[in-house]
Amino acid sequence: MMSAFTKSKSERRRFLTESDPIINVAVLALSIIGVILVYAATRDWFAANNQDPEYYLKRQLINVVIGIALAYGATLVDYRVLRAYTPILWGIGVLGLTAVLIPGLGSVVNGARSWISLPGGFQIQPAELAKLTIIVGMALILAEREAGEKGPSDRQVLYSLVVAAVPILLIVLQPDLGTVLIISAAVLSIIAISGARLRWVIGLLVVGISGAYIAVASGEVSDYQLNRLRSFIDPYADPQASGYQLRQARITIGSGGLLGKGLFDGPQTNGRFVPEQQTDFIFTVSGEELGFLGSSFILLLYATILMRGFAIAKRTNDLFGRLVTMGVVAWFSFQIFQNIGMTMGLMPMTGVPLPFLSYGGSSMFANMIAIGLLQNVYQRSR
Amino acid sequence: MRDRSALAIVVAQVFVASLMLALFGRLFYLQIADGPRYQQAALDIQSRDIVTPALRGLIVDSEGEPLAANKAGLMVTADRSILDREKDKGRSVLYRVAQVLELNPNDVYVRTRLCGELPKEEQNGCWNGNRYQPIPITKDATEAQVLRLLERSDVFPGINAEPVSIRNYPSISGERGTHVLGYVGPVTEADLNNEEGKRFYRNELIGKAGIEYVYDQALRGTPGVKTVIVNYKESVTRESRNIAPIPGNHLVLNVNAKLQAVVERELRDSVLRARASGYRGDAGAAIVTDLEGRVLAMASYPDYDLNIWENGITVRQARELYSQASGVPALSRVIQGVFAPASTFKVVSLSAAVEANYSLKASYDCPATVQIGDREFKNFDSKPAGKISMTTAMAISCDSIWYQIAYDEWVRDGGLKPKENPNDYFFKTAAGFGVGKKTGIDLPSEQRGRLPNRDWKLSWYENNKDFYCNYRERAKKSQLTPYLIEIARENCLDGDKVRAGDMVNFSIGQGDVLMTPMQMAVMYGAIANGGKLFQPTVARAIVSPTNKVIEEFQPKVTGELPVKRSTLKFLQNSLRAVVTSGTARGAFAGLRTEVSGKTGTGQVFGLNLDGSTKDDTSWFASYAPAKKPQFVVVMMVSQGGFGASTSGLGVRRIYEDIFGENGKEALFPNGPAKRIPSIKSTSGVRS
Repeated sequence: MMSAFTKSKSERRRFLTESDPIINVAVLALSIIGVILVYAATRDWFAANNQDPEYYLKRQLINVVIGIALAYGATLVDYRVLRAYTPILWGIGVLGLTAVLIPGLGSVVNGARSWISLPGGFQIQPAELAKLTIIVGMALILAEREAGEKGPSDRQVLYSLVVAAVPILLIVLQPDLGTVLIISAAVLSIIAISGARLRWVIGLLVVGISGAYIAVASGEVSDYQLNRLRSFIDPYADPQASGYQLRQARITIGSGGLLGKGLFDGPQTNGRFVPEQQTDFIFTVSGEELGFLGSSFILLLYATILMRGFAIAKRTNDLFGRLVTMGVVAWFSFQIFQNIGMTMGLMPMTGVPLPFLSYGGSSMFANMIAIGLLQNVYQRSR
Repeated sequence: MRDRSALAIVVAQVFVASLMLALFGRLFYLQIADGPRYQQAALDIQSRDIVTPALRGLIVDSEGEPLAANKAGLMVTADRSILDREKDKGRSVLYRVAQVLELNPNDVYVRTRLCGELPKEEQNGCWNGNRYQPIPITKDATEAQVLRLLERSDVFPGINAEPVSIRNYPSISGERGTHVLGYVGPVTEADLNNEEGKRFYRNELIGKAGIEYVYDQALRGTPGVKTVIVNYKESVTRESRNIAPIPGNHLVLNVNAKLQAVVERELRDSVLRARASGYRGDAGAAIVTDLEGRVLAMASYPDYDLNIWENGITVRQARELYSQASGVPALSRVIQGVFAPASTFKVVSLSAAVEANYSLKASYDCPATVQIGDREFKNFDSKPAGKISMTTAMAISCDSIWYQIAYDEWVRDGGLKPKENPNDYFFKTAAGFGVGKKTGIDLPSEQRGRLPNRDWKLSWYENNKDFYCNYRERAKKSQLTPYLIEIARENCLDGDKVRAGDMVNFSIGQGDVLMTPMQMAVMYGAIANGGKLFQPTVARAIVSPTNKVIEEFQPKVTGELPVKRSTLKFLQNSLRAVVTSGTARGAFAGLRTEVSGKTGTGQVFGLNLDGSTKDDTSWFASYAPAKKPQFVVVMMVSQGGFGASTSGLGVRRIYEDIFGENGKEALFPNGPAKRIPSIKSTSGVRS
């Protein structure tokens, strides 16, 4: 067996020749569209403040390039070999999540302590990385089979839940409920697809829903989050803050019409009426400037990636690979739905970025690594 | 194992596909199905209209003399988007501005607040425009004050000044024209909400009363609109359209400024004369028209200087305009005051009598009193005049002749049990003379007066039955006199019917009949011109700023008097006899101009505010010259005493000015202006 870290020429070529080309094209297209939309969201705003209008454009380009490199990196090592390193990665993730909670290390953005500031103005968001480690960690535990068993034992399920619960609890403390919801969706899918008994799936659903209820009822959920929830139910309840943001987002998308106002020509976008537009509300830029046609195309690209993910999960014979794939697909699906749904008033407001489109390094890197893992499974499943 | 896992994947796939479909559906709904609504919402967020009102057209008299003009002023404005950036939201800046302009700092602060920013009870003087336009602090700053403000823009951030035009009523001939011209004021919420509200922009001045109101659209012009696109900080990012204002058209009136001044003066003098004779003389109206209803002058007393509106009226001034104590100067007695026409109404009664086949050649008895049922109706001065001709009856204003005729006709129509189709000569003739119908004058809020016919009686009874039939419980203590209780009893019993007393009172213009002075002028104009009721017109023509006539208003006939030519002739002769040998002889003695007219002295029931009984209404309705009539002149002084001595004399003096008698110079040696004058756009613009 070849060492995991020495690659033959043929293996290096694999990334291009043997990876799923459809996913590659879709992810690349989304990333490029993302860079352009981030630029469109920020150029007038920065120019008006006498700053470099290409500031965000340049940084997001770098994020994409680094992301692609990470995705490529994630395909190099056989994912089955990766298993050995999973505990270490998980440990790093938990450490990062602990670190953000320490005042002085973690910085508060929009009411959540979810960022670590690094020298040079960089910030990382450990929760993004934690998504990966939870998926891989759970898959690792649940893929083990006793001879003759059809599904994982209760003990396995329990262990896998502990693997998920530790980072989730740390994220709850930030609090970043959006990420918690997305991870929970991924956890549920992995357990369901691992073949675990149905009572686990139903039990988890019940625990999740009642947990959310108790959290709200007991005041564990901050006012900040409750306000966001209230303004989802009634966008005019809190016109100055989150309600304002949701209403502006909806108007901005709605005003785009069929063909949009044209790239860089959206008055809502150029007037900076939607706060956080280059990050969590990036979809409103596409809604206004590219219209229904452009935005539907973006939805189509996402749907393509997700459906290819299902295809990969179906054709692989390796349970570990399948669980990782499905974890990633569940994560992406829910995050896309949560983010776009939020901008269109279908979901309450939570601070989750839109994969590949939103500005931000940590999220881009985690998404790209996840794509790398999908391709890894794809390459090794034939 | 395979099966369960594969099934789970398929379930997940369906679930994810439906999530994506949900997003797609929602996107379609927002952008396509509901797109137009969101596009409008976005436009509201991004665009701001900056409105520059157009220069308002002039109002000139029939000779081209400006009655309403525009005065150059220096407006000091505050820019809220800059002021609000100050630490104290601009309070200290506004305080310093108030000191420079010598204004009350609190007034200045309130003027720069949007109305919505202040509690409802403190909104007096607030700014009803939006935040993005310059908010006026004053319009008549001096150049020195403006220089002080602009030189130190560091001390006065957001404070600017610009020349503006202020509506001004120059009163060149000494006229006020209060109730003709009206005034302009800022657009209010109520204006925006009414049916014409869509035409207004918030910072425009619009006509609020009089001619300024009726012809507002022509005078106001089209405001200029600059639309800018703003960002979330409200800074302007670009201009999307810029339409220059189009100045308003000028309005030429039939009113003659010099005659208007004379009429106002004579009305005021008549009121004062009445007061000097011991009457209360609380109000009055005077009108001069030509024979086709063109209003050459009209005055209502009390009036006020329209220029109080110039710089924003104060709360005290506004209260005074509507206070009973100051005589409600805001009310135009000419078209909004309704009074019993008294003997001036006998032209109607005479015509009705002819319709009822009473001969004009016969003689009639004019006793001192007439007994009708259990009531005794007195002649005006309680004196008998014996058997007299109809002409004499008009001239000396005998009442008792009419009592008898009206009573007879009432009996003939069935009395308290009226016939199916009563003749109702009196009611029908009155309606034909325009009683109870608006004249249609081009001024707002005209009253219709009252024609107390059978229908009116019925509806009155419906509304008052409850009060009179429960009088002892409903009435105030002071109203429980035996006489009033008896009247209430009668009203409850047969208040729905025209009673003998009602009919008798009606025949001499008393009782429930009410007319505006303008209705009176139209009625006497019709007698003078051969029987045509004209719609009175104040405005003559709309003229463009380049002096092109855009619209000329022609006299309009609204009806024909329901009388024969011979009756009309008889009426004309009788009215001349009133002046030559009747009740108005003294008032017109020595006047060369031959005037025809009728006096009226109307009894008024009810009490003044101080509890005193009301004095009689003094009327004089006339036209001249008698043989070839040119002018109709009507004067009415409320609580003015006798018709002849108060109003008759006032009318005589107006004729003196018109025809140049008694040492005065004739106002129109060649008659009123026939051609539409050319207007100098700069005329009346004074700085």
